[in-house]
Amino acid sequence: MATERLTAIRDGVESHATHRRWVPGRRLLAHTALVVVTLVMLYPLVWMVASSFKPTDEIFSQPGLIPRHLQPSNYAEGWRGVSTAFSIFIENSLFISVLAIVGNVFSCSLAAYAFARLNFIGRRIAYATMLVTLMLPTHVTLVPQYILFNKLGWVNTFYPLFVPHFFAVDAFFVLLMVQFIRSLPRELDEAARLDGCSPWKTYRYIVFPLLRPALVTTVIFTFIWTYNDFFKQLIYLNDVQLFTVPLGLRQFLDSTGDSSWGPMLAMSTLALVPPLVLFVTFQRQIVDGVATSGLKG
Amino acid sequence: MAITYPTIGDRRRRRTRYQNGWALLFLAPWLVGFLAFTAGPMLMSLYLAFTKYDLLTAPKWIGGGNFGRMFGNDPLFLQSLKVTAIYVVVGTPLSLAFALAVAVVLNRGLRGLDFYRSAIYLPSLFGGSVAIAVLWRKVFNGDGLVNQMLALVGIHGPSWISEPHTALGTLIALEVWQFGAPMVIFLAGLRQIPREFYEAAQVDGASRTRQFWSITMPLLSPILFFNLTLQLIRSFQAFAPAFIISDGSGGPADSTLFYSLYLYQEGFVNFDMGYAAAMAWMLVLLAGAVVAVNFIFSRFWVHYGD
Repeated sequence: MATERLTAIRDGVESHATHRRWVPGRRLLAHTALVVVTLVMLYPLVWMVASSFKPTDEIFSQPGLIPRHLQPSNYAEGWRGVSTAFSIFIENSLFISVLAIVGNVFSCSLAAYAFARLNFIGRRIAYATMLVTLMLPTHVTLVPQYILFNKLGWVNTFYPLFVPHFFAVDAFFVLLMVQFIRSLPRELDEAARLDGCSPWKTYRYIVFPLLRPALVTTVIFTFIWTYNDFFKQLIYLNDVQLFTVPLGLRQFLDSTGDSSWGPMLAMSTLALVPPLVLFVTFQRQIVDGVATSGLKG
Repeated sequence: MAITYPTIGDRRRRRTRYQNGWALLFLAPWLVGFLAFTAGPMLMSLYLAFTKYDLLTAPKWIGGGNFGRMFGNDPLFLQSLKVTAIYVVVGTPLSLAFALAVAVVLNRGLRGLDFYRSAIYLPSLFGGSVAIAVLWRKVFNGDGLVNQMLALVGIHGPSWISEPHTALGTLIALEVWQFGAPMVIFLAGLRQIPREFYEAAQVDGASRTRQFWSITMPLLSPILFFNLTLQLIRSFQAFAPAFIISDGSGGPADSTLFYSLYLYQEGFVNFDMGYAAAMAWMLVLLAGAVVAVNFIFSRFWVHYGD
């Protein structure tokens, strides 16, 4: 089902659906409107990048984009940080994200295979339960999870931030993969079974490799969600050495207040680079992922 | 003598049993995760919601005390409810309206669709991050970008983030700025509408406005409903931007005290875990009620094709 929709969307995009004849004036008007919208949308981002190269007092005094005095030292100063180098924050963020990705890819695909292909007692109930967890606000589990991790001695470690991902807690991806597996021809499984493949081998050698598009979506969105997350990192990490990018930015903001905006915006700009690189590389998958499942950045 | 062949029923039973074992293996991580990180904690927080608990001493049962406090004598709770309600009621329709309008224009077969779509989607990708919240703080600062722009046309703007009556507006603006995600979903929906419908309508002499209300809207209504539900659930949980803009306080004058920000303060600053748990459950009830009402009303305006 998912792939059908995906291809439908792709076809639509590529055929440049011209179901109306454009009056030249109207077309110009539409383009003008779109360019204005795009500019307004992107201006704050462009302004941030431009300002990150300006001395702080120039950021305040003139709205233009081109810096009068180029000040790349903002980056050096921000990178040095208040007490800890910014590189530590990036390392920590990447570390947590990579583990969350690995956990999601394996645990969610295992569960999805069972839901999509295996017959077992209680399948409907289990599947419905999983769908319900999809709609729960994270807040209900936040407090008791904190208590649990506190009892385990995991507060102020990375464990609470990635261990749950090894247990398929992101039902969204399970659902995504279930839909994808259902769209694969069942004959493949049947053939494998007749050749004596156990469900494990079928999963390992047939389904998992074919699942790749769904896995790419999972990797991308797990990364973006984990990398952008703030609430959980805020409550679980206290030690500056464990801080992630969002916590590092916040600490910088707290200790410098509104005084050193140059370095502050320089580090904010840097913080957006990993998701931006991902977006540029996987634009199509990201847009398709949003279009088909409502995943957001 | 009779040979007994296994009946179909037998075979199916055997295969079902065989797969039960496999299914359990495949589902083991999910099952453990569900019990340990979702179901267990939910039951636990349901219990805690009726207690006073500070992590150090054992939880003390106080019955409905936490819920009484919310609606009886906690003006901050009511304030957080109000702030979140305004945010949801103003922000959600605005971003959906922008999303739909731009999607409709984009769907008319203009060149550069991919570019516009990506550029407009980009803010949604960065959206809730701290880096963007930091940027926003700077953009709406007293001498920030917005006021510099306004100064060009001779308007002296206030310090948007430190005025109680404009601070929430900056956060709504931040939410609307991310209309790219619902727009992408609308676009995908618009592409599913058969072109012939419009051609037929044109032949019949229907104006564009008429075509929009009679073809586009009804056929797009399931997508609109989907977007609305997603957006509502998301808005109820907004946290990082409010936290960064107000330094975690919900200020100025509690004007950005979002529900989840207040929950954070009570649970993880004051360590009143019982109250935080009660607030979390109240959020489930409130958000659930809004989504349910939305669902019930959807019968009147959402058309599912045949």
